[in-house]
Amino acid sequence: MTADILIQVLVSGLLIGLIYALVAVGLTLIFGVMDIVNFAHGEFLMLGMYASFWAFALFAIDPIVALPLTALLLFAVGVIVYQTVIRRILKAPMLSQIFATFGLMILLRGLAQFFWKPDHRLIPHSLVSGNIALGPVQFGLPQFVAALGAVGVTGALWMFLHRTRLGTALEATAIDREAATLMGIDGQKMFALAWGIGAACAGLAGGLIATFFPIFPEVGSNFILIAFVVVVLGGFGSVTGAFLAGIIVGLIEVLGGFLIGPEYKTAIVLSLLLVVLLVRPRGLLGKA
Amino acid sequence: MTTGTNFSRKAAGTGALLALAAVLPLAITEPSQQNFLILILMGAQMGVAWNIVGGYAGQVSLGHAVFYGIGAYTSTMLLTTLGLTPWIGALVGGLLAALFALAMGWPCFRLKGHYFAMATIAVAEIMQILVTNSDFLEGAVGLYLPMDRSGWTWLIFLSKLPYYYVILGLLVLTVLVSWAIERSHIGYYFRAIKDEPEAARALGVSLTRYKLIALSVSAFLTAMGGSFYAQKEMFIDPGSVLATTISIKIALIAILGGVGRLMGPVLGAVILITIEEYSRTLFGSTGSGTDMIIYAAMIILVAVFSPSGVLGLLGDVHRHLGRHLPGAKPEAEKAEKMEVRP
Repeated sequence: MTADILIQVLVSGLLIGLIYALVAVGLTLIFGVMDIVNFAHGEFLMLGMYASFWAFALFAIDPIVALPLTALLLFAVGVIVYQTVIRRILKAPMLSQIFATFGLMILLRGLAQFFWKPDHRLIPHSLVSGNIALGPVQFGLPQFVAALGAVGVTGALWMFLHRTRLGTALEATAIDREAATLMGIDGQKMFALAWGIGAACAGLAGGLIATFFPIFPEVGSNFILIAFVVVVLGGFGSVTGAFLAGIIVGLIEVLGGFLIGPEYKTAIVLSLLLVVLLVRPRGLLGKA
Repeated sequence: MTTGTNFSRKAAGTGALLALAAVLPLAITEPSQQNFLILILMGAQMGVAWNIVGGYAGQVSLGHAVFYGIGAYTSTMLLTTLGLTPWIGALVGGLLAALFALAMGWPCFRLKGHYFAMATIAVAEIMQILVTNSDFLEGAVGLYLPMDRSGWTWLIFLSKLPYYYVILGLLVLTVLVSWAIERSHIGYYFRAIKDEPEAARALGVSLTRYKLIALSVSAFLTAMGGSFYAQKEMFIDPGSVLATTISIKIALIAILGGVGRLMGPVLGAVILITIEEYSRTLFGSTGSGTDMIIYAAMIILVAVFSPSGVLGLLGDVHRHLGRHLPGAKPEAEKAEKMEVRP
């Protein structure tokens, strides 16, 4: 009986944790490549959700089918953000960097509110819906598909970083920018690429959860703090670390909420952030 | 030009500014306009207090709402449960906030840069969640101040004018503390910690000790601002005194005006609060998002084009003009350059 509940809790923690992982890999990639913390990352996810919503509302395209489109769109948004704002603050003091991306966060929220109203929106009938029952454990099919998609995208990103020339160049820039430049890698291009990929990952996460999560301009705030915790726990810049940490954070959040009370689940996750920062600031797999 | 005349000119300028601030509400008598002036002074006070740790010592806190909230909740609880005057309640709140700052700073100051900033966000968010779920502090419902009392003993007034002078007094106090720190040896240590931490350590400056001093003084003053907020609004809840948006606003005021400059945050508050209030009235309801867009555009522009804030920008213009005047003053130029470094 209690074991069933525990398994149920662990499964939902795992499913949401994989989504957290996908949001966080983009954040950690950007930080790893250029040492900038992107406060607007949750807003990329929000834009991904709206892309799915409008594809569905205007053209009756299912969110799952629209995913490649969402990814392309958000890649473009990421590159544009880099070219217009981030490129200009690369050498600015940390405070300016924090506030530039923080300003972007508010700007994107404001624009979403201006054009699409602050209402909560839902996508009513999508291809994937309903529940799966595995013995005593039940979970929603949309959640399951989203988690599966998150694993697929994170895996694809890992392959890209480790098995392609362009990906290796990006990794090299993250490890040592100057040495990479000397090897003939165009740093500016790599930075733009990191923002494009980072935004696309967050956008894909948004598209994946759009089938079961309400869509509204401030939805990113639910994810950004958690994504920070995941990035810190995984180790700044480590994609593999973020993947593992995402699962751990998902499990801790759901388990903690179950044991202590759902109203404290964010506080529990944030306490984890403090513990990691104090005990092991480089995280699970981060560079020393 | 010697430093002496420069100093007396600055003092005269500050005196004139203070005199103007003192008579301003006598000319502007419309309550909503007076309220607007109060909001500016409140913003300036928060910004100047933040500047002590964020500007002089270079430790970027994005969790100052935690101190603001401690001040607001302490004085309000002491008033509603024990009937203690907020004059004492605000001091108790300040002390509690300073103690909290010591407890929080001790571990967090091992972290640098982004890490420290994120840890402070986390602390403030955790506090907001705890208070929201605390029955003792009335949780999400919030606390009302007693409506049946008024006058200077209880710091509750029916008109705006007394509030104006109270917050002006608190701002002057905060600026004086900040000024005293800037000019003392502590201020030099702060700047050393910010600009050359390794060199400062090598010279035997205890980094953690001076960072803790900066944070606790800043926390004390921020908490007093929080107590004032409670007295003025007569109602507090976690969303109004503990939210991360408040932490961000506090830091933003300082950044906008000019980090690490005594009067930078005052200028920042004038600009930010004016835009915040007028974008709302000009472009309609908050729901449309226009106020957020303007606010955000301003943040991004300052971050991208003027890392040293508007005051830094003015300094650049001044230097530029000065170069073309006969008898340009190199030592003033040098002094400004040192200050500009954010």
